Order: sequence, then structure tokens, then C-alpha cells
Amino acid sequence: MSASSVENKKVALFVTCLVDLNRPSVGFAAVKLLEAAGCTIMVPEVQTCCGQIAYNSGDKESAKTIATQVIRAFDGFDYVVAPSGSCAGMIRHHYKELFDGDDTMMVVVEDLANRTYELTSFLHDICGYKPDGVQLETTVTYHDSCSSLREMKVRDQPRALLGAVEGLEIKESEDREACCGFGGTFCLKYSEISESMVDTKIDNLLASGAETLAAGDLGCLMNIAGRLKRRSAPLKAMHVAEILAGMGDKPGIGEGEN
Amino acid sequence: MQVTSRRFKEGAHDALHDENIQKAFSKVKSGFPVARAKTASELPEFEDLRDQARDLKDHILGNLDYYLEYFEDQVLLQGGRVHWCSSYAEAREVILEICRDADAKTVTKGKSMITEEMGLNDYLQEKGVEPIETDLGEYIIQLAHEYPSHIVAPALHKTKDQVTELFHESHEKYGFKERLTDPQALVNEARSILRDKFVAADVGITGANFLIAETGSTVIVTNEGNGDLTQSLPKTHIAVSSIEKVVPTLEDVSLFLRLLARSATGQEMSVYTTFSTGPKRMEDIDGPTNFHVVLVDSGRSDLLGSDKQDLLRCLKCGACMNHCPVYQAVGGHSYGWVYPGPIGAALNPHMVGLEEARHLPNASSFCGRCEEVCPVRIPLPKIMRHWREQAFETQVTPKPERWGIGIWAFFAKRPKLYRLMTRISARSLKLMAGKKGVVRKLPLMKGWSSVRDFPAPEGTTFMDQWKKQQREGK
Ligand code: SF4
Repeated sequence: MSASSVENKKVALFVTCLVDLNRPSVGFAAVKLLEAAGCTIMVPEVQTCCGQIAYNSGDKESAKTIATQVIRAFDGFDYVVAPSGSCAGMIRHHYKELFDGDDTMMVVVEDLANRTYELTSFLHDICGYKPDGVQLETTVTYHDSCSSLREMKVRDQPRALLGAVEGLEIKESEDREACCGFGGTFCLKYSEISESMVDTKIDNLLASGAETLAAGDLGCLMNIAGRLKRRSAPLKAMHVAEILAGMGDKPGIGEGEN
Repeated sequence: MQVTSRRFKEGAHDALHDENIQKAFSKVKSGFPVARAKTASELPEFEDLRDQARDLKDHILGNLDYYLEYFEDQVLLQGGRVHWCSSYAEAREVILEICRDADAKTVTKGKSMITEEMGLNDYLQEKGVEPIETDLGEYIIQLAHEYPSHIVAPALHKTKDQVTELFHESHEKYGFKERLTDPQALVNEARSILRDKFVAADVGITGANFLIAETGSTVIVTNEGNGDLTQSLPKTHIAVSSIEKVVPTLEDVSLFLRLLARSATGQEMSVYTTFSTGPKRMEDIDGPTNFHVVLVDSGRSDLLGSDKQDLLRCLKCGACMNHCPVYQAVGGHSYGWVYPGPIGAALNPHMVGLEEARHLPNASSFCGRCEEVCPVRIPLPKIMRHWREQAFETQVTPKPERWGIGIWAFFAKRPKLYRLMTRISARSLKLMAGKKGVVRKLPLMKGWSSVRDFPAPEGTTFMDQWKKQQREGK
């Protein structure tokens, strides 16, 4: 599809709770990229979170209330885009399970599901976008978040986009499809198991020899970067959107100002 | 068998600090999954076969009573007997009775998970019948008085050195005095001991990978051939099977066989696939005189028609655990009952109770690899989530967790309040971090900071910055 296919389309940004709180620059990077791809961006104010925390904790009722809020807030847009495979996956795949058996809701839920995308796949597959004139001299290893990879089928798109950044070289790591051990509240409740998983992941990332770690989900990134810091391991963690939007020289996740 | 799933966290902690276990289970990921990926990719129709297998299993489960009765009729026609047992206790008694009728002192056993479930070995031993496991892995753990840590490779947690010591201690009474270290020599020693046991056994007990309704046959799939000797040498053969193993026809078995070994070990076929159809006939040279099938329900029929019925499609191939990062980290015994890994996390709460097994469906990052590789496409994460919902509804989820979610949800449902809370959090966390970029200790999130630093927020939330930009016309 060409860039013109999204021209004048109303695209709503689903900021995600982690980006909103922790790393707004990812949100601004997403806006910049989407605008560069020709979209008109809006950010509905009544958004908090996709409800996944409640959903995965077994609190289905809260998840439903929050999902209803999202469904209302994102009504009427041509597309809904999130800089996260996990939140996009929640909206695209799991809202249907939440409202299973409720035929009236299912119509709107399915409509929203079909309009919802993860950022890099939206840019690549729907907008036909390619970064132009973005430069960053670095080597990048890309971590596939489980939801991006397995729920949203995002694998090649971020790599293709990164490949268009001048000076950037991709160095894949071993066992790249393995989970980093984040898993939302899993990493809090089963921290020792999560530790073992993130350490395995980090060993593989470091062995790739890359200077920068990029991923499309801030949850994984905060988990990996937080553990990297604890281990004093030298690998700069960035959201893929930041690199693509030419913000690759800002401090990495968990890095201080000096 | 004894259930210790309640101690999952402690078990996981111990396993994570046990060098041998770490060595054994970290090897899992470079072995079976790599082999599976290779053989699966060599069969172009592999993904289609998975769909067919799922659909066929669903059809069978929808007509389970019909196929089981059909199977029974055929077994009777072949001269065998079928025993319907609703509980483990009933099954154990039936098996003991058959052993007593055969005057059995020793019974040889092929690998069977259902007999693990019912703790058959301890029971028979107690009643004066000596069970001898003949699958090498099962034999090792029987000697060590342990239980399987993997459903296909039961002694996966044992290192070669441990087996050396174990054999050295246990085999002395058979006149084997040497401490063997070569794996092949160890296998040979076990073989020569087992050979006599095979001949001496009065009864052979096997499991069943499939029961074929149209022929009344039971099918076992092995790599060592021990199952064949177990079921054909003694006078009496007992095949113990859970009820969901029945398939309609021989043709159908071939569909599952094409998936089973590929998914389990990455083999195209297992070395032995053995069909047993009734007792020995006049013209047969060998085979058992008595052929019994013990069908065990033990809670399985309660799954029919439930939101967890898909679990009954399971082929017990082990692919889900081979690919599970949690299983690879904590090993099989942490799960505290017969089935470890994702299938255990999804099935055990039903079998041993949600309160007992509540950790298992929670201890998953929902990475989804299990579902990705399950040959019959069981939606394992979804079923684990259903358990979490059930735990939450029935207050099995501990209070602090419920409160945590409750407080978070309270804000998430109220965007204005939520904005305020995130504004304050972003600022204070940034202040706490100072110039370091991370907060080392989060008082309310010990689970996080016991392992990681917390990357500090930028300071002002996206929504606040966005609104400001909009107001100022960008
Ligand atoms: S759940 Fe699926 S992958 Fe796991 S053992 Fe059963 S059939 Fe195999």
C-alpha cells in the first residue's frame, strides 16, 4: 500500500499506560512517524490502559469496564495505533474473549479489533512508510516481544524499518523469540523465575555484540533495561519508535542525564 | 501420588539454585525444540495436520461415550476385558485384583503417566506385588524413589554422575561392582538386569497412547522396545489408559502418529509403535493369555463441555514444556504433581484442586510458545487465564494481590483521577531517581526491585505534555 492510503485518515494514538507514565518520548516518536507517514493523529483523552493487568490477573469485571472505556474513546477513528504489540494484541484479540456471548458488544469489539494495529506493522504494512534521511551509527539487536511476535505477527516489519536507518546495522541475537521474563505482574509475583529468564535473555543480547537493544514494547524494555542496570551491563535500550523517529541519540531507558 | 504444588515457589527457588537442575533443564531448549523445528519444517502439511488433529479430537470428545463403548465391544470380541474405573482408587483395586488372579509376585511396567497419577507403584508394593519400571528413565527414577520431571523424558533432571552413583549402589546386589561412567555401559547394565525381570514377570502393565475403537487395539509408542517385552512376555497384559485416548479408526491413529514424535522429540516416528489387539490367538507364537484394558476417568469427564475441555485433546507429547521458559528455569518437580510445564499449569488445578495448584497457572508470562507448538492446538495460556479468573472469583487469589489489582483498577476506570495519580507518580519517581536514571528500591514493588532497577520516568506524563502542546498550538 502506498502512503496515500492513509492520507487524511483519522488515526488515534493509544499511548499505553507505560509510555504515558514512563517514557513519553516513545509517544511523541510514534506521533512523528505517523505524521511523516501521512496520517492525521489524535490522542483521545479518556484513555488510561488497555486493561490487560486486570485481565491477566483474573479480574475480568474490571477488565471489561476498562475495555468498554477504550471502546468508547476510540470510536469513530479509522485506525487505532499503539506503540506496543502487547496492548494492541489485547485490543485486537482479547477484547473478543472478554465480551464472548454478548452479541451487541461483539459488533463494536470486532470493529475496533479490525482497526487496531501495532505501530511498526502499521507503518510498514498499512502506510508503506520507510524512514527517510534518518541516521544513526550503531549496531542494534532487536528483541521480539511475545505479543508482537505471536499475537500480532510482527517480526520483519520493525527490522525492515530499522534497515532503512542510515548507518544502522542489525545484529540478531540467539534464541531471539524467547520471552524476556516480563509478563506484566508475572515479573513481580515470580521475580526469581523472571530473573532467570531475563538473565538468559540478556546473556544472548550481549553475546550479539550489538551496542543498542531495540524493541517495540516498553514493558519488555523496562524489564531488560532495569536488569541491565542492576548488572551494570553496557547495552543501551531504546524503543524502536525512538530510533526510527531520529531520537536515537537521547539517553537509553534507565540511563541518567550524565 | 503426593501433591506438593502449593510449594511451587519454594520448589522453584530451590531448583533455581541447584546447579545440576539448571544444567539439565537449560539443555532442554537446545535439544527437543531444535529437532522439532527441523522435522516439522520438513513436512509441508505439518500445520494442516495440526488443524486436522485438533478437529478430530474435538469430534471424538463430542462423542466420547460412543467411541468408548465401540472400543469396549471390539476388545470383548477379541477376547479381552475392559474395566471402567471412575477413580484412581477403583483403578488401583482392579489392577491389584488382576495381579492377584495371576498370582503375580512381580510386574513389569512400561512408561505410563496415568499409573503415575494414581501412585500405582507404591500401592502395589504395599500390597506385596513388586512393580519394575522398564523404561530406562522410569527405571532410574524408581531406583531413586522420585517421580518424573518430564512426561517424555522422566529422568531428565538426573545427571550422568548421579546415575553412575545410583546404579553403583543399587546394582551391587546383582553382582555389578564396577562404577560405570560411560552412558552406553550404564544402559547395558540396566538392560541385563531388566532382561531377567522381563522373563520372570507374571503381569505386564503398560499405558496407551491411543485406543482404537474399530479394532479394539491399544497402541504404545516407545523408543526402547521395553514396552513390547512388557506386554508380550508375561501371561497377563494390562493396558491402563485415561478415557480421552480413544480414536475411531486405524487411519486416524496415523494422523496423530505423524504429529506425535515430531512434536515430542523431533523424530519422524518413534522407534517402536506397537499395537496390541486382544490376547494371544491359537496361531500366535507369543503374546499374553489375558488382555485387560483399565479405563480411568478420574475427573476427566467433568472437563467435557467445560471451558477447559480442550485439555482433553492432549497427546502428552511434552512439546509445551520443551518450549516453556518457566519450565526450563525451574524444572519439572517444582510443579508438584505428575504433569509439569504448561500442560500441568493448565490441567493440574482441575486434577488436584485450584487452591492446591493456584501458583501453576499464575507462574506464566503468557509468552505463548506452548500454544504455538502444541500439536493439537490447545490454547494453554487461555486456560491458565480461566483458572486465574476462577481463583479471583472464588477468593483463592491472595488478598494483597486482589487489593493491588483493585486499587490499580479503581484509578484506571477513572481517567481524571488516573491523570492525577500518574502525574504525581511520574514526578516523584523522577525525583527519587535524581540524575541516576533509575530507582534502585521501590518500596511497594519488591518483586521488581529485588531483581532490577526501575528505569525512572521522564518526569511529565505524555498526556500532560500532549495537552500542553495542543494548547500552545504545538
Ligand atoms: S498440551 Fe499440547 S504440547 Fe503439551 S503435552 Fe499436550 S499435546 Fe503436547
